[in-house]
Amino acid sequence: MALAQADVLAGLKEIVEEVAGIPAASIELDKNFTEDLEVDSLSMVEVVVAAEERFGVKIPDEAVTDLVTVGDAVNFIVNAAK
Amino acid sequence: MSRRRVVVTGLGATTPIGGDVTTSWSALLAGTSGVRTLTEDWAQTIPVHFAARVAVEPSEQMERVEIRRLDRSEQFAVIASREAWKDAGSPDVDKERLGVVIASGIGGVTTLLDQYDILREKGSRLVSPHTVPMLMPNGPAANVGLELQARAGVHTPVSACASGAEAIGYAFDMIRNDRADIVVSGGVEAAIHAMPMAGFAAMKALSTRNDEPQRASRPYDLNRDGFVLGEGGGVLVLEEYEHAIARGAKIYCEIAGQGLTSDGYHIAAPDPDGAGVQRAVKFALRDSGLTTKDIVHLNAHATSTPAGDVAEANALRAALGTDADHVAVSATKSMTGHLLGGAGAIESVFIVKTLQDRLAPPTINIEDLDPAVTVDVVRDKPRALPAGDIAALNDSFGFGGHNVVLVFKSI
Repeated sequence: MALAQADVLAGLKEIVEEVAGIPAASIELDKNFTEDLEVDSLSMVEVVVAAEERFGVKIPDEAVTDLVTVGDAVNFIVNAAK
Repeated sequence: MSRRRVVVTGLGATTPIGGDVTTSWSALLAGTSGVRTLTEDWAQTIPVHFAARVAVEPSEQMERVEIRRLDRSEQFAVIASREAWKDAGSPDVDKERLGVVIASGIGGVTTLLDQYDILREKGSRLVSPHTVPMLMPNGPAANVGLELQARAGVHTPVSACASGAEAIGYAFDMIRNDRADIVVSGGVEAAIHAMPMAGFAAMKALSTRNDEPQRASRPYDLNRDGFVLGEGGGVLVLEEYEHAIARGAKIYCEIAGQGLTSDGYHIAAPDPDGAGVQRAVKFALRDSGLTTKDIVHLNAHATSTPAGDVAEANALRAALGTDADHVAVSATKSMTGHLLGGAGAIESVFIVKTLQDRLAPPTINIEDLDPAVTVDVVRDKPRALPAGDIAALNDSFGFGGHNVVLVFKSI
């Protein structure tokens, strides 16, 4: 099932806010998970698992290291859902 | 070299009778019970339907994002430590001379059990990556150490219900032995869950007075039938005396000594002779340079179990002799329930307040004093303590036969 980029971003914002306490309004495509949003390695695992559940996609462990920015994650999820 | 002295310069607590020290202390003097019927569905599936939950939920005292990464025991440690640190004046201290010793009897047991439920119901993928840092017994100490950037050492002694007192003793030694100038110390517990409660109930250790929960914790009463499980924690900032003086800190009192022994008798039952307790009192007094004549107050372990309360009272009577006649004994678990690894810590906080206000807190729920109790119990109302130099004892015992006695004295 195809997912719209805007919908994935909105969903990810909710997940990151829930997991890391970052206000959704400050989460943008170009934000770096570790440097800008202070999502540490443990919280990143939570984000990934929550995103898999929400969007019905698989995000393999080896792919997670490439998800540096929010935009990387949105693109990965959109492509995985195609 | 003269021995380094250790003083108390900060206090923090979250207990079943208050969300901080001031509220808890007022409730204690007023004789308030923190015991309530549990509202969770599981409570009706075990023999004991009540416990002493904290008066103020951590969600009212911390950010939501902190809550979800910390086990409840860790939340209590962080909350009490923040209060204690602030109370100490947020001291500017060399981090390499700052330590943390915070104990827990059981650690993150609710995290362990909740995550096991997730594992069984939803599979391993959904087990939280925070599980291990949340369930480890050193988690409360580690999180406080991280927040304060303590680098002199972060420790977690574990000795069941003696853990909190042992942590304070360990912190005391860290300062005396010149490893640190300030140590944040105490104990926490968060074990109100069907599984540990079913385990304690199976040992017949818990009161089953389901129809009168607020009267269930009744140390020294003839009809006591077991302890009431409580949760929460207490934290004391300990500081080397000259260090505290140099920064103009408010000094509550001094920790003068400690005595540690073990029974070698039974895994859970107290030694009826109380020889281990007597030796711990003797060692603590010797360590402090005080005698039985100096002691005016004791916050007893007295959990409200049929065997424990009398064994303890007999041991104290034997250790203190006729000087026990001028020791006002308070059993504050009658109000807070038994916080296991947090017990010795909140009771040490109460002793510090007792010395400060010169008021020994009451013991509630004694309708018929057990005639086998041979110590002078403060009942129903607080009792004034004498002016001048006074000292008080905290005794704590744990399953496994651990005995810890701490000596606090006015300054």
